[in-house]
Order: sequence, then C-alpha cells, then structure tokens
Amino acid sequence: MARALVTLPKVAKAGEVIEIRTLIQHAMETGYRRDSDGAMLPRSLIRRFTCHFAASGKAGPGDLVFATTLHAAMAANPSLQFHFRASSTGSFTFAWDGDDGFAHREQAQLLVNA
Amino acid sequence: MARELEVVSAQRRRLLRMSAAGTLAIVLRPLHANEPPTPLLADLVKGFAAGAVTREGRVKLDIAPLVENGNSVPIVISVDSPQTDASHVTAITVFNEKNPQHDVAQFTLTPLAGRARIATRIRLATSQQLVAVARLNDGSCWTHYVNVVVTVASCTEE
Repeated sequence: MARALVTLPKVAKAGEVIEIRTLIQHAMETGYRRDSDGAMLPRSLIRRFTCHFAASGKAGPGDLVFATTLHAAMAANPSLQFHFRASSTGSFTFAWDGDDGFAHREQAQLLVNA
Repeated sequence: MARELEVVSAQRRRLLRMSAAGTLAIVLRPLHANEPPTPLLADLVKGFAAGAVTREGRVKLDIAPLVENGNSVPIVISVDSPQTDASHVTAITVFNEKNPQHDVAQFTLTPLAGRARIATRIRLATSQQLVAVARLNDGSCWTHYVNVVVTVASCTEE
C-alpha cells in the first residue's frame, strides 16, 4: 500500500483560495533503467491524478478541480501542488491510478465559513 | 613619461567603462525572457495548439537555470489568469526536448481551482530546453520556453 500525504487547511473563508499539496510514495519506474544484473526494469508509472470536490450533501465524487496526466519525466514520489477556491463546506477525493493496477484514494474535508 | 602614463590611464578608463557596461547588460537581461524555441519543441507546441495561434507570454515556467541533480527538479508553472468562470486556464502541458519521451505532464484546470499555479518535480536527462503551453477558455495558447543546464543526469544511470 502506497503512502500518500495531502496537506490543506481544515477551515477556509468563502471565496478564499487555498493551496493543496499532495505527495505519494511511488518509484515512477521509467522503463529505461537496468537492475544490478543488467536486466531492464519494466516501466511502472502513476498515469493519472485527479482531485474532485463535492459540496456536503451531494452524492458522488463531485466536480473536477484539477487533474494531471503523468509521464516518465515526472520525478519519483510525485508531488503536485495546486489551488482551490473555497465556496462551501464539502469533501475532496484525491485519486492516483497507474500501471500494474496501481490505485490509491484519499479523502479530505474542508469547512467553509461564510 | 607623463604622456605614456596618460595613454595607459585613458585605456584603463575605457576598459573599466566597457566592463561596467557589460555587467549592466547581463544584469538587465530579463530573467524570464523567452528563449528561441528549438524546432522539435515548436512542433510539439503546434500539435498541442491544434490550429490555435500560440503567443509568448502570460504563462511562466519557473525552473533553476542550473540544475545539479536531474532526478528531481522543482518546477512551478503559473499563468496570468483570474481563473474564474469567465476567464480561466483549461490546460497546461510541459514538453522536454531531450528526455527519451518528450511528454512531461498534462494538467487540466477548472475555475474551481481558483488560481492557475502548479508546482511539481520532474526528471531531466540532460541539458535541454523545456516549454510550458497554457490553453485558455477563449482558445488562445501561450508559451514559455526555458533553457536548463543539467550537471548530473537522470533516467539512464543506475
């Protein structure tokens, strides 16, 4: 199981733009490296990251905030920082998907004061 | 003797003036000037733009000009945009010139993001040029080309 870190404020004012930082443990194996025996290491990457926000009371993952398609040129343990304009209380769903069935989900709550 | 001294000091004054002007010229060079694009990156940008006119400006690809370790290079991409429903960035792509694959990442943004600024870390195989292209909701595309010198490469070493 991969370890992931999501950093964002717990509380925000309506209209405030907050910073969201995500970091996930993953080698992002490029497919261009060899192991100590000289055999090629197979490519294994996280291919897609998405962040959705659902206002409280709404079902489903909600609306897309930010998404990234990642390639071999992304560094190991991909870090992504982006922003969100707070409007109402709700929850974020963060999703990472990749090769060999890699899938990781994180949730975070945001409380918005009027 | 006095005349000779006069000539030498005049030369010295000229030399000092020239070197001062040279230093000033280096300092005055804008830090985020667009580098002339390499044909390969220009083609990739054309492909991304898909017919839209691409212009320089508005987007800024922030990266150290001299990178010691290509395995993890911090970059920040920011676009001059209010990121509202009326005017926002919809997509940003970063291409590299000399890694085995030219794609670095494609970012999708929505007005919910509130600010068009992304920070991440990338790999660079060697000294090369990078480009960030931003597409706005009005269809316009904006570019920023940057040259980077890498002293320790990524991707191929163990």
